[in-house]
Amino acid sequence: MDFPTLLTIFTLACVVGYFVVWGVTPALHTPLMAVTNAISGIVIIAALALTATHGTSETLCNLVPCTAPGKVEGYHTASIWLGSVAVFLCALNIFGGFAITRRMLAMFKPKAK
Amino acid sequence: MFQSYLPFLALISALCFILALKGLAHPKTAQRGNTFAMVGMGLAIGTIFLSLGTSVANIIPLAVALVAGAVIGIPVAGRIALTALPQLVALFHSFVGLAATLIAVVTYLQEYPIGGLLPKTATELALGAAIGILTFTGSILAALKLQGTIGGKPLAFKGRHVVNLALGLIIVAASVHFVMTFSALSLTIVIIAAAILGFTLVAAIGGADMPVVVSMLNSYSGWAAAATGFMLEMPLLIITGALIGASGGILSYIMCKAMNRSFISVILGGFGNNESASAATPTNAEGKTPALAAAEDAAFLMQNASRVIIVPGYGMAVAQAQHAVKELYQTLSNQGVEVIFAIHPVAGRMPGHMNVLLAEADIPYDVVEEQDEVNPSFPTTDVTLIVGANDVVNPAAQTQPSSPLYGMPILEAHKSRFVYVIKRSFKPGYAGVENELFTMPNCALILGDAKDVIENLTRALKE
Repeated sequence: MDFPTLLTIFTLACVVGYFVVWGVTPALHTPLMAVTNAISGIVIIAALALTATHGTSETLCNLVPCTAPGKVEGYHTASIWLGSVAVFLCALNIFGGFAITRRMLAMFKPKAK
Repeated sequence: MFQSYLPFLALISALCFILALKGLAHPKTAQRGNTFAMVGMGLAIGTIFLSLGTSVANIIPLAVALVAGAVIGIPVAGRIALTALPQLVALFHSFVGLAATLIAVVTYLQEYPIGGLLPKTATELALGAAIGILTFTGSILAALKLQGTIGGKPLAFKGRHVVNLALGLIIVAASVHFVMTFSALSLTIVIIAAAILGFTLVAAIGGADMPVVVSMLNSYSGWAAAATGFMLEMPLLIITGALIGASGGILSYIMCKAMNRSFISVILGGFGNNESASAATPTNAEGKTPALAAAEDAAFLMQNASRVIIVPGYGMAVAQAQHAVKELYQTLSNQGVEVIFAIHPVAGRMPGHMNVLLAEADIPYDVVEEQDEVNPSFPTTDVTLIVGANDVVNPAAQTQPSSPLYGMPILEAHKSRFVYVIKRSFKPGYAGVENELFTMPNCALILGDAKDVIENLTRALKE
């Protein structure tokens, strides 16, 4: 996808976010932070997409112009480790974030009639 | 064939997130909103695996990472004391920041050696890494401050603006160098400088300005996600990041407005320092001393009141008095007294902090009112009880143009017939300003720990 398209999507999303968030009742501002925090764990899909790929080998550099052929494999292995850490952090955020939001929201009860 | 539908599934995820925020418009629909968000997240993760199809690799480490996150995250969220909520939220922000930085580094490690890195990607990569790590260090420091591990006081050193500016310039210069050369060293410099900047930015802000910091970091974690989305051309990340960024931004705006301070002045830090404290004292120079009262006095008046308004502040959170407050609420309600809770937007250490504490104590949300709803009720209220709040009820904000608080929207507690303030000492509030309310003829202070005083009050009411 080209940059202008992505920028369009970004701008529209900002506008939607603006209107939806103003509709949130102030009483629920803490759960709002907790749930946005949980969904910010969405970067997990980036971490997964990058990490769940097979390693490339130096032979690739016979086909494409490599910048640093000697580093291809080593760098890739390192990237898998770091990517897994990122997945872990995001998972922590997602599961922890949704759980705490759920717990908080469960406490908000109307007056018993 | 179904591969072409993957972008559509991503859109459904995004819609789920929007519906989640929409649900928070009312406590009744909020839980459903959270469920929408979970469905959206599950769908997004499922879609990624679908798109990888049979080419998926490293499935074991990834599954371990995912499960470990669930196994650790869920119990922590379930067991943590709700008094520790602000720091937990700050801590969670830090994870996203670090993850965004790691993703930027991973992209570099994979693309650079095979010559796949483009200047455009490199720009977004540097931006994502910088915002991410800044969110990380800033949130860690904010969490430590909220936890009380390090003092909540602003750590304002001389020349910090120069240091911040220098760090900002280093980040820009190293980023430009990185985009031109793809040098690992300049990327490292970007990350280190941004990490220090996150630290120095939050270090100078403290105490009652914490709600702004927490919302600001919330916002940054969104922008970091959006930057990652631009880098990897993932529209779902861009949409979600923008939603979160907007949410944190609006919360910061609401908090700043409620304190009548500009965002810039909060970020630059240093409120409640000596100058504002000395500038404010003249109002009370005539040597008026506040009247003191006992819990029994307040109980007597409350018993005969038709309406009582309770104004909770950070002091209630510190004393963990919310359950005692609930007892008081119950007792008064049983005696036929109407009880309303009045909440100022910046009461506590994060947006909505007081609402969560009161909800935890099982106080129904329909007796809890926001500033604009409740202010017209004060003049017809018999007794207002202020529990550990100070600056947010200072009438100087309306009457004293020389006061640093002037112009800040306040809860007009002073307009009620009687005001009782539960306070631990005569110390002024966060802004370092004397509170005119305390010396007004209709006001009396009850000195003591909020929890003890309220328990005494309840006991006196029951007798």
